[in-house]
Amino acid sequence: MAELQLKSHRFRNEREASWRRLDALMTKVERQSVDSLTDEQLLEIPVLYRSAMSSLSVARSISLDQGAATYLENLCLRAYLFVYGVRSTPLERLARFFREDWPRAVQSIWRETLLAALLFAIGAVAAFVLTSQDPDWFYSFIPGGMSQGRDPATSTEALRATLYHDEGTSGLTGFAAFLFTHNAQVAIFAFALGFAFGLPTALLMIYNGFSLGALMALFVSRGLGLELAGWLMIHGVTEIFAVTLAGGAGFHIGRAIMAPGDRPRVEAAAEAGRTAALAMAGVVVMLMCAGLLEGFGRQLITLDAARFAIAGATALIWGLYFYLPRRRSA
Amino acid sequence: MSVADATRRADERALITPEGVDLRVRVAGPAERLSALMIDAALIIAIMIVGLLLCLGAGWVMGFKNAEFLLVIVMVGGFLLRNAWFIAFELTPYAATPGKRATGLRVAARNGGRLTAGAILARNGMRELELFLPLTMVFGGGGEGVDGWMYLFGVIWAGVFALFPLFNRDHLRVGDLVAGTWVVHAPKVTLLRDMVDDQPVLHADFAFTQVQLDAYGVKELHVLEGVLRKADRKVMAAVADRIRGKIGWTATEYEMDRSFLQAYYTAMRGRLETRMLLGRRKRDKFDRD
Repeated sequence: MAELQLKSHRFRNEREASWRRLDALMTKVERQSVDSLTDEQLLEIPVLYRSAMSSLSVARSISLDQGAATYLENLCLRAYLFVYGVRSTPLERLARFFREDWPRAVQSIWRETLLAALLFAIGAVAAFVLTSQDPDWFYSFIPGGMSQGRDPATSTEALRATLYHDEGTSGLTGFAAFLFTHNAQVAIFAFALGFAFGLPTALLMIYNGFSLGALMALFVSRGLGLELAGWLMIHGVTEIFAVTLAGGAGFHIGRAIMAPGDRPRVEAAAEAGRTAALAMAGVVVMLMCAGLLEGFGRQLITLDAARFAIAGATALIWGLYFYLPRRRSA
Repeated sequence: MSVADATRRADERALITPEGVDLRVRVAGPAERLSALMIDAALIIAIMIVGLLLCLGAGWVMGFKNAEFLLVIVMVGGFLLRNAWFIAFELTPYAATPGKRATGLRVAARNGGRLTAGAILARNGMRELELFLPLTMVFGGGGEGVDGWMYLFGVIWAGVFALFPLFNRDHLRVGDLVAGTWVVHAPKVTLLRDMVDDQPVLHADFAFTQVQLDAYGVKELHVLEGVLRKADRKVMAAVADRIRGKIGWTATEYEMDRSFLQAYYTAMRGRLETRMLLGRRKRDKFDRD
């Protein structure tokens, strides 16, 4: 009967096939992956998505069929999450990350990185000066368990030995892995702490500086300053740079929350968070390099000159990679 | 035409897509988020235990000689499970960890735009602060005197981050805030059949007047739709009696409740939809012109 042929009913009958088609494609993507779709199917999705969106708008204004409305809302949401979801294949994304995203993110937080480096330096200098004047300060800066037999009570000879011991290759892989996982966890932590207005991050940076300064003062007082520098810097350039970047990333978030400028605070935080997180992902990569350098390089290379050469090379490579001006690509 | 729905659910939020359509998503509550996390944690711990046992077994077979690489596997594996598990799963097109998938939740960008890899990294980097810091605090144990007080302050401070989702409208955790994301309900919904489709009798028997059709609004129509879908004989009888009483309909001897409800539903929907098309959406029976 003509009068019973509802508009909403006819509308549904006409569009239903395309909804079901989109539904089938979405189910496939959600269960398996994007790769399970053929090129034609991939091209089909945006078209079907837009048609479903328009169906939803129409259904909302002409139809009281609850089943269809609920279904369409859900279908559109699923399709939206796919169409505007994280895209590009893992390999492409990785390449893009190293070519562009990471250095750009690091570049854009240079002010905060500088601040983190400054705090680290302040901590180091303060600890150095204090420990040089009174060796007892050493114990305040470096807790007993952490010094591993490197404290003012150790003889100069024993100190020298800690810098050049050659234990052979056994145990080094495990050591490197331990260093990496431990340092990466600390760096992620420094980043996360940035949310608390950056204050804990600042403390962490100064605290890290303390350990370096105190250790330096101890070795300098025994005339082993240069040797220690070589021992530290072979991996330290990469590691300290990475930790400083992590601190900078934390400050970046903290700054956006404290001083969002003319945007809403939440929006500013979100943007800062995404940039900082990109820098952070790279920090983990750097720490992996540092862990390898520390675990293998430092234990196997005992020549001071070689240690300094590696330290200088890493500093140059990281510096150029991050801060060399680069063209903005589309 | 404005058809702003007054009967919005409490957890419903506007999510405007780049096409300008409001998807009216439902944000996930703290309880659902927690159960998703629990499922993930259980999976991670299970994998860790199995992996550890496998490594131990392998080490035992090799007599613990040159078994250093096993140690490396354990350490790096643990690091990856703790940090990369969430990131890797949320970077897939489904944008959800197994725990979220099981609870029907997915991660989305709060501004309706594209979800970026940076956002995923940011929201999971913050986990360190919200989840692992409080956990270490709680299980780390306190001390005596001043240490005890420091410990207490530490726990409170860490608790602020852990309980953050309880104290904001969209149940965002710190990671969501920093990444500009939120977690929404997106379970798969199947298309239910249109109740107009089953027409057991000829509708000429049921000629309702306009007054009779105007007795109810959209809300009641949807309730009636549910009743028809369930098709419970007793409920249908009760509902049919109520409607007949309200609109003053005298049933013929052979009239079946289901047919009557079916006919009334179809006619009322037609009437309400026509009026909606003309810009008047009758919310419920109390919504008078």
